[in-house]
Amino acid sequence: MVRDAGLIAAKDLRVELRSRVATMQVLPFALLVLVIFAFALDGDQTTLRTLTAGLYWAAVLLAAVLVIQRAFAVESVDGIRDALRLSGLRPASIFLGKAAAIAVELLVVEVVLAVGVVVLFGSTLRGWGLLVATGGVAAVGIAAAGTLYGVLAAGLRVKETILPILLLPVLAPVLIGATRAFGAALGDVAVDGWSWFNLLAIFALVYGSMGIVAFGSLLEES
Amino acid sequence: MSDWAYILLGWSVTGGAVTLYALRVVVRGRILSRAVPEDRRRWTS
Amino acid sequence: MTTLTASSTGSRGSRILGVLALVGAAWLVILALAISPADQTQGELVRLMYVHVPSAWTAYLAFALTAVGSAMYLWKRSQWWDLVAASSAEIGVLFCGLALLTGMIWGRPTWGSYWEWGDARLVTTLVLFLMFVGYLAVRRVPADPHLRSRRSAFVGILAAVDIPVVHYSVKWWRTLHQQATVLSTDFDPKIDDLMLFTLVFGMGVFTLTFLWLLVHRFRIAWLEEQVDEVALADAIRERRSEATETALAGAEP
Repeated sequence: MVRDAGLIAAKDLRVELRSRVATMQVLPFALLVLVIFAFALDGDQTTLRTLTAGLYWAAVLLAAVLVIQRAFAVESVDGIRDALRLSGLRPASIFLGKAAAIAVELLVVEVVLAVGVVVLFGSTLRGWGLLVATGGVAAVGIAAAGTLYGVLAAGLRVKETILPILLLPVLAPVLIGATRAFGAALGDVAVDGWSWFNLLAIFALVYGSMGIVAFGSLLEES
Repeated sequence: MSDWAYILLGWSVTGGAVTLYALRVVVRGRILSRAVPEDRRRWTS
Repeated sequence: MTTLTASSTGSRGSRILGVLALVGAAWLVILALAISPADQTQGELVRLMYVHVPSAWTAYLAFALTAVGSAMYLWKRSQWWDLVAASSAEIGVLFCGLALLTGMIWGRPTWGSYWEWGDARLVTTLVLFLMFVGYLAVRRVPADPHLRSRRSAFVGILAAVDIPVVHYSVKWWRTLHQQATVLSTDFDPKIDDLMLFTLVFGMGVFTLTFLWLLVHRFRIAWLEEQVDEVALADAIRERRSEATETALAGAEP
């Protein structure tokens, strides 16, 4: 199962590397969100620095919507979905593979955005252990939930609009938890960041196991 | 605004919305009922 | 009675429910706005609680029923459960919206602002509201009925799974770094007996209203399916008769 998941993930990542949609569109979009925040907050570096954690994760979430839409747009052309379905791979493997590819792409987005906030907002990053752990587990959680809703929306004619409205409320705990954990790591708020890390881990676990169980019948239908 | 203004506002918003929704449901039910033969509406018998 | 039922979604059972809900609502207005006393801390504004809390209760009840209906649909594959889930979600969104509105109307004179992010329950309810608006959006997308039912069922279940996570995250979000404030809407457990009775009575009346609406909304959903089927049957019959007519070489004038 893990090997099959690896195959799917490798396929998706290879497609992304070759097509350059992720690098030429999603990453610039993520940085654009940071620029928009800077304009909206009057370019005040002090404000931007204090709000680094929240703005960072809001940007990640918005970019994640694009990454997920992209991951399923790749499948919808040329009947690849049917090919996947008929490939004999277990649906759980397909789910894990797609989620892994999305998680890797999200990690790239996160790294680029981290550089972005350092350069554009003048933020100082510290508490690296917590930062890296939070970034990783949040990416997995977003990828798991995103893969589920992505395949749900993929079969619909209105997928571009329906995905955000379904996904973003569900990701509310991720935004809150990751922002808090980052805030704790950066020393902006005095909270126990690791308890937020645990919440994110639970989220990833819940949606990961839902995906492994339910992905089969979701893939079948749409 | 006085406290009572808020109270009456809250109550009338609730009452109004539920009444409107109920009316919509009933009217729509009547229109649809006419389009469906009686033997397909189980609750009439 | 039969003449009435012939062209509506009413039945004897639903009419009894409706009358009970109406009588209850009249009593609730009298109890809540006139008979029950003002609260020691909240003053007259406590009277808003008699619509706010029952609305929220009904919304949660309705969403729970949607989740149950969704799970039952996936298990039994019965159209009945799918329609229950759909009907319940729509009414749930209505009451959830009302709970949010009355919460804001209560918050304005109490907190001085319509919205307070420190109130975990209000924020959770907002997220819940948005999730089920999404659910209704999925239901509206035209698709093959079975696909739509299955897809909606998953959306319903996935949303329900998220509710506890949202609730605890919002709760910790505030309480982990802020002191418990005056914003807490918790009821004093020692509230006046009549006030407690009014509150519970309100929840009962709202539950009856919910059930009445649910019965009618369910029947509408069921009729909609029937209309489609009748239309299909008619179309097939028409085609058949056309075919016979052509076979009889235009016997009709």
